[in-house]
Amino acid sequence: MTQLTLASILTQPVGVSHYLIVGAVLFVCGALCMATKRNALGVLMGIELVLNGANLNFIAFGSPYLRKASETMGLDGQLMSLFVIVLAAAEAAVALAIALNFYNSFNTIDVDRADQLQG
Amino acid sequence: MEDPIYWPSFFFLLFSAIACAFAVAVVVTPNVVRMAFYLVLSLAATAGLFFLAGADFVGAMQIMIYVGGTLVLLIFGVMLTSQDRFISMKTSNFELGMATGVGVCLFILLAVAARSIPEWHGLTAQQVAEIPLEPTAAPLGMGLLGARVDSPDRSGYLLIFEIISVHLLVVLVGAAYLARARRSRSGFSLTSDG
Repeated sequence: MTQLTLASILTQPVGVSHYLIVGAVLFVCGALCMATKRNALGVLMGIELVLNGANLNFIAFGSPYLRKASETMGLDGQLMSLFVIVLAAAEAAVALAIALNFYNSFNTIDVDRADQLQG
Repeated sequence: MEDPIYWPSFFFLLFSAIACAFAVAVVVTPNVVRMAFYLVLSLAATAGLFFLAGADFVGAMQIMIYVGGTLVLLIFGVMLTSQDRFISMKTSNFELGMATGVGVCLFILLAVAARSIPEWHGLTAQQVAEIPLEPTAAPLGMGLLGARVDSPDRSGYLLIFEIISVHLLVVLVGAAYLARARRSRSGFSLTSDG
């Protein structure tokens, strides 16, 4: 674990695991955002963070600079992350439309108030 | 013996610090407008990480679609729903404490898993210097059209490309239909009665 020290990171190239750790930070922050925010738009921002962390992992596994080129996903990683970006845009548009409808109907954006469907 | 600083790693540290710090700030701040701003900075720093990993086209797309498109949508949503009582909504301290505990445990699990495989610890500087630099836009475009120029034994993505194209079209038409301005028969808008 000595390779995690700052000096050795600064003097040699980073690897996949460094990218995975950054992706893990983004993922955890997004998951916490989804779990704790009461504003529906805050939940949406958490989803964006989670998707971005996953994207970072795809890019890291596809990059030839981070581990041996014979083992990487090649362009698959970048293509996957392009698909994720496009689907995230679609998801944000629909979720925003739903949030606006909810706001117009109930005059609130608090997700705790969206309890009409409870059994 | 003092090794010289390896500058790509320095920029990796810089961008990852910005991305992580603002991602944490998104979770911590209760103000939804500030959350949107911090999210812009975090996603832009992630685009920098994409460039550092050699994914130039995806990094540019990240800035154009995510930072330029998706977040503008989100910021419009914030502006359209910004009454004073919704700008800053607090979560209870108990929930925040629980979430922090779960989050820290999850992060430790993921970080240990990421560090546990020796092949993922990175190449040497000399190995990296031998890799030829090539732009990825043309191979990505060929891959989306069904032909792989980088590794001929892998398949292309023409079908998925078509599916997400139609999906995006349908979803955006549906979103525009859902979010259209409604007017009641008598001419008053639904939102004016507050």
